[in-house]
Amino acid sequence: MPFQGLDFLDVDSLLSEEEKAIRDTVRRWVDDAVMPIIAEHYLDGNFPMGLVPQMAELGLFGANLPEEYGCAGLNNVAYGLIMQELERGDSGVRSFASVQGALVMYPIYAFGSEEQKRAWLPRLASGEAVGCFGLTEPDYGSDPGGMLTTARETDDGWVLNGTKMWITNGSTAHVAVVWAKTGDIGDQASIRGFIVPTDTKGFSAKDQKGKLSLRASDTSELVLQDVHLPADAVLPKSKGLKSPLMCLTQARYGIAWGAVGSAMACYEEAVSYAKSRVAFKRPIGATQLQQARLAEMVTEITKAQLLCVQLGRLKDAGTMRPEQVSLAKRNNVNIATEVARETRRLLGANGILAEYQAMRHLANLESVYTYEGTHDIHTLVIGQAVTGLSAF
Amino acid sequence: MKIAVCIKRVPDTETRIKIGADGKSIVEDGVKFVLNPYDEYAIEEALQLKEKSGDGEVVAIAMGSAASQETIRGALAMGADRGILLQTDAVSVNPVTVAKVLAAELDGAGYDLILFGKYAVDDSSQAVGTIVSELLSLPSVSAIGHLELADGKGTAEREIEGGVEVVEFSLPAVVTADKGLNEPRYPALRGIMMAKKKPLEVKPVELGDGGMTVIQLALPPERPEGRIVGEGPDAVPALIEALRTEAKVL
Repeated sequence: MPFQGLDFLDVDSLLSEEEKAIRDTVRRWVDDAVMPIIAEHYLDGNFPMGLVPQMAELGLFGANLPEEYGCAGLNNVAYGLIMQELERGDSGVRSFASVQGALVMYPIYAFGSEEQKRAWLPRLASGEAVGCFGLTEPDYGSDPGGMLTTARETDDGWVLNGTKMWITNGSTAHVAVVWAKTGDIGDQASIRGFIVPTDTKGFSAKDQKGKLSLRASDTSELVLQDVHLPADAVLPKSKGLKSPLMCLTQARYGIAWGAVGSAMACYEEAVSYAKSRVAFKRPIGATQLQQARLAEMVTEITKAQLLCVQLGRLKDAGTMRPEQVSLAKRNNVNIATEVARETRRLLGANGILAEYQAMRHLANLESVYTYEGTHDIHTLVIGQAVTGLSAF
Repeated sequence: MKIAVCIKRVPDTETRIKIGADGKSIVEDGVKFVLNPYDEYAIEEALQLKEKSGDGEVVAIAMGSAASQETIRGALAMGADRGILLQTDAVSVNPVTVAKVLAAELDGAGYDLILFGKYAVDDSSQAVGTIVSELLSLPSVSAIGHLELADGKGTAEREIEGGVEVVEFSLPAVVTADKGLNEPRYPALRGIMMAKKKPLEVKPVELGDGGMTVIQLALPPERPEGRIVGEGPDAVPALIEALRTEAKVL
């Protein structure tokens, strides 16, 4: 049965024909290419790399960046819908696309020189090159400004030293966008981005073992030990902590949409199960307890959908503010996690099996809850926006 | 190489059909419409032929209401060069009337090859493509699983009972595509955006009822619930008995 999605409030009427056609195309691809294999990759603990050329062919990487760099040139609502559909498959698949597009292609596009854009964007769009984003460090997650990674300028370039952690695509990547301090260790304003080909001497990546979440995704630790880079490795327009945070705003925007995808996947599974599972001689969907669960899911998903469309329109209009992205990411991931958990429970014992989706999504969403600005940090971003007072 | 692909907007096969109050038509509200799945093979084949020959034009032609524009846009998103909608709100169950409208559009337009899906999944008449070839006095091969073109000639393979029939024919010709002819591509996202910039000509057409009208539509009877007659080899006699006396299939 192909995925139908949920549209209780005719949110589709807020979308253009092209936006719907793009959504439906990616939806169909996820049905055909992702759903049959994802559970196995999740259990085996690896990312389905075979999907990458197909994703590139569809034009999923950096889809909201301009066509002159080999990208699809879509608006941000269409881009969001792509993220929604990918995460309906698995958060790991969406994460791959998020990192490639929003955290690698976007900074090269926004902060790179024309030469850097021409050199990397078409290769990243075509999937020929895979990228990763190195910001978070073992002791600096929510507080990236405290990073210890340094870039020292030399006569002919730069030397980078430091360690990055929780890096999606880290072991798979051909290129890393690494953030480092070019000045004093206390100087956040000296943070700049660097394009680091992963075969550069001194660069190594190690798969992080033992994950119980995002298992169909590569998460790695990066070590940079006296990595010598040419002078043109720096992203010329990157300046201070604000630059990587701008990248995160892009990625969080996609996550707000993605969470709706995983929530809809779980909801559909919950409804289908509730209607077919018979207990006490009637479908469990005929009981008030399960209907309450489903009603709650429909309500929360519908609200999250509306948040996304409005946020996307603001982004297309160029008026979107980071705290609005925080609100959407915070809310949507939170409700998606609730929907996944309630689905898991509605499914009873079956809910713990990989044959069903709920537990996989639930486990994934626990990571999504924490990454790209934890739920709590987004709370403080919103709090700061409304009070003008920082509580960090 | 100029290729026409005749396509149709049909309800998604996953849709649960509801019959309207008149008892003669389906309720379209809430029904998802898609490009007829067999037409996807026809479009893909046309695109591959064009790509192989290095030049040419693929024209997607549909007959139907204004909503069929969306279906044509889907073909344009896959890569067709332009579209033609033969627009009418009338519906005919007689394939001859539909074929006449299409043939009038195709006649004299210089197509080297005209492709159809082997049938549309809504009425499954499996007749329009073949009748069009008859009206245009062109050779036709239906339900093909393989196609080669060379030197003004075509060779097509079609599955027949217990084997494969290989048919050679001269061009221009009409062929209808079966599942397995190729692997239809997904429209690239950029293709979807470009599709709205490609030409789509809308031509109003008259469609008679062809002397045929629908009197009544009915859903198939609900399937009764299954019954487990027993388990393991011991259940075989009971199963045979049930198949013989109840289902009457033995």
